[in-house]
Amino acid sequence: MSLLDISGVSKRYGQQAALDGIDLSVPARSRTAIVGPSGSGKTTLLRIIAGFESPDSGSVTLDGQVLADGPLIAPAHRRGIGYVPQDGALFPHLDVAENIGFGLERGDAARNDRIAELMDMVELDRAMLTRRPHELSGGQQQRVALARALARKPALMLLDEPFSALDAGLREAVRKSVARVLQQAGITAILVTHDQAEALSFADQVAVLRQGRLAQVGTPHALYWQPKDRDTALFLGDATVLHAELSEGFATCALGRIPAETAARTGRVSVMLRPEQIRLSPATPGQEQAGACHGEVEDIEFGGSLCAITVAVEANGARERILVHASSLDLPAPGTRVRLDVIGKAHILVR
Amino acid sequence: MTSQTSPFPANRMFATQALPLRRDRQLGSKSLFGLAWLVSLAALLPLGFILWITIQTGWETASALIFRPRVAELLVNTVLLEALTLPACIALAVALAWLTERSDLPGARLWSWLAVAPLAIPAFVHSYAWIGLAPGMHGLFAAMLVSVLAYLPFLYLPVSAQLRRLDPALEDAAASLGLAPWRVFLRVVLPQLRIAICGGSLLIGLHLLAEYGLYAMIRFDTFTTAIVDQFQSTYNGPAANMLAGVLVLSCLGLLALEVLIRGDARYARVGSGAPRPVTRRRLGRARVPALLLPLALAGLGLGIPAYTLARWLAAGHGAAWQAPELAAAFGETLLYALSGALVTTLAAAPMAWLSVRAPGRLQRMLEGSHYYVGALPGVVVALALVTVTVRIAPLYQSVATVLLAYALMFLPRALVGLRSGIAQVPVELERAAVSLGRRPLLAILSVTLRLAAPGVAACMALVAMGITTELTATLMLAPNGTTTLATQFWSLTNELDYAGAAPYAALMIVLSLPLTALLHAQSRRASGQ
Repeated sequence: MSLLDISGVSKRYGQQAALDGIDLSVPARSRTAIVGPSGSGKTTLLRIIAGFESPDSGSVTLDGQVLADGPLIAPAHRRGIGYVPQDGALFPHLDVAENIGFGLERGDAARNDRIAELMDMVELDRAMLTRRPHELSGGQQQRVALARALARKPALMLLDEPFSALDAGLREAVRKSVARVLQQAGITAILVTHDQAEALSFADQVAVLRQGRLAQVGTPHALYWQPKDRDTALFLGDATVLHAELSEGFATCALGRIPAETAARTGRVSVMLRPEQIRLSPATPGQEQAGACHGEVEDIEFGGSLCAITVAVEANGARERILVHASSLDLPAPGTRVRLDVIGKAHILVR
Repeated sequence: MTSQTSPFPANRMFATQALPLRRDRQLGSKSLFGLAWLVSLAALLPLGFILWITIQTGWETASALIFRPRVAELLVNTVLLEALTLPACIALAVALAWLTERSDLPGARLWSWLAVAPLAIPAFVHSYAWIGLAPGMHGLFAAMLVSVLAYLPFLYLPVSAQLRRLDPALEDAAASLGLAPWRVFLRVVLPQLRIAICGGSLLIGLHLLAEYGLYAMIRFDTFTTAIVDQFQSTYNGPAANMLAGVLVLSCLGLLALEVLIRGDARYARVGSGAPRPVTRRRLGRARVPALLLPLALAGLGLGIPAYTLARWLAAGHGAAWQAPELAAAFGETLLYALSGALVTTLAAAPMAWLSVRAPGRLQRMLEGSHYYVGALPGVVVALALVTVTVRIAPLYQSVATVLLAYALMFLPRALVGLRSGIAQVPVELERAAVSLGRRPLLAILSVTLRLAAPGVAACMALVAMGITTELTATLMLAPNGTTTLATQFWSLTNELDYAGAAPYAALMIVLSLPLTALLHAQSRRASGQ
């Protein structure tokens, strides 16, 4: 059952359409990532859900409760939606304990226990309770901000690029622990980010936002392997997009005749292949004529566990560059001829 | 997903009752606009008065009164005063602030206190002190000297606060780009001080235009002294009003200049957490010579007034302290200062909020009208209020009218302080508070206002200090029999009873001292030190 329903939400700032007819539903206890380049409207969408902004049209419903109906909105402070802003936005005049307890009743006897419990939940040392925000590292600030938002047991948690200010190693650790905390607490979460890798690894459901419109919504796996269009395909990861001729369930392209997802379509289409779908092997003389696809290694980008290899393939007089991922063991030298084999099927792009 | 019971069930309370749906009101911005408009209109009263008088006077008389050598002479005086004083103030304030905030100057904390302390001495007491020392002192350079000493803290305070707040990472970045330390200062630090310098310079520039007592005592003619002279000889004469018109124009020019230079710079600090503490640069062998600057400024700005005052107080043999008028004037001054500060801050609040949170062209216009009125000499504001209130009997010579005059005159002080106080608080904090269940108004009170409190307190202190030493408007508008420290001091010095006036000057300083201390402490606390 979906907890949050957004339907037909649009918002303009003057001539500029920030959001254009957004429909999205978020299942209870799930994690949804809204991902898009900057200026795609993702923060505006988050602010509309939080109640800091009103949509021009459309509605937002949380657990049957109407939060926004066109420009009429429910007050943000009564929505019971948790919010973790980009840099934590901890109150600089309060210590950690008071920051976490900000949303809790002052007179409550259990308040201190609750604050301590929240500190444990976000894996912070209780000794930090008396620290001021400026005495904390970025990751600690982010954890305090999460604890502060968790204190009121929100049904829904909004995370506005909470990891973007952290350095890479820390970012992954904090992301994992945030996901775990939310999972344990059974809280539905919406993460807004511009980082596709973060979106794919954090969420059960990913929504790609582009120029104020939802390009595609689905599970990370579905979005990665079955993007509707070229832009989404390239936004979510490296890919090779090739022109192909479809017939009898096969796509004929620069890589030769490879199985297509469907036999239902025929004609000229664009197909997408992820770099990990292509396997390289040394070319053996004589096979080049036997129908197997061959190319010349153009460039190698060493990446530790995974290296990106660009292979130039000649087909019908045109030169296509194919991106391949390979282990850094047994890398071919630039200029050598290699054989390319496709694993799995070619995905057909809708547009 | 398994159906295990969560140790931490989500809160369902919100779903059970329907929430009211309302239009997003942007927190009463309409009523805020209404209030800002109201204050702006009140602020336009003196200007409207001058225009009305000009129209009544007629173009021929008016132009005869405006285009004459006397006006040109006053204009030259005013421009020279501004052109000499402001650059000197900026250079001294930046140098002093850098020494006390960013270098290992011995006793930096003490020098920073001493740099603010001249604020406690009213401008006309500064010139009273210099006249006591060198009775023949007069003219442009005397005026410039006393102005710099009296008004320097107005620039030192914002510049030093901004220097403390600067992110040292930017300087490191510049140094890594191959800039020598002094070029880092010129290209990275100085541009970031722009807003502080603009704000402080505007405040000083306006004071130079409006001050009467300081220049009257050392016989330097500005528009303001000329207007008062005219007024005293011809009461409500058109000559005074026409001069006031030119003065208003100079003030508008100054405002336009500040807007032009300030540009669209952002006030709020972006980035996470609190800024790292800055590192202090080692002065090395320059440590001792560097001491000369704060030493000289403290000697001239504090030592000389202290010396003269002590001499006059000793000469009076304590008799002047016994006068019952002294106690009465003290009490009355206190009352006026506190109630005036409250009224002024409240009046400036809507505009300050709008100009930070919802900036726009209309807001700039309204802001301009808030500012210009503070540059009018007390006599112009008072003159306008006399003309208006004389038709509304219960208001004429009432406390309410005096407070209104104070509110109009000190509006810029309150606005500058409030604006920077509010600008220091990112909206995100307010949003976080709202998402944690605080009502919007409570969120503003418990977060924004709490964090802006140092700024608010500072601006109230500034206003109260201004009122403590306000002279002309009080003389003209206050109910009969009202005596404040400033008016008593002035009438005694006019009778050349310098010894009798000394206790009044001393009390004004004593009244201003705690406020000055508060101001200094708040500016440190605001930047987290």
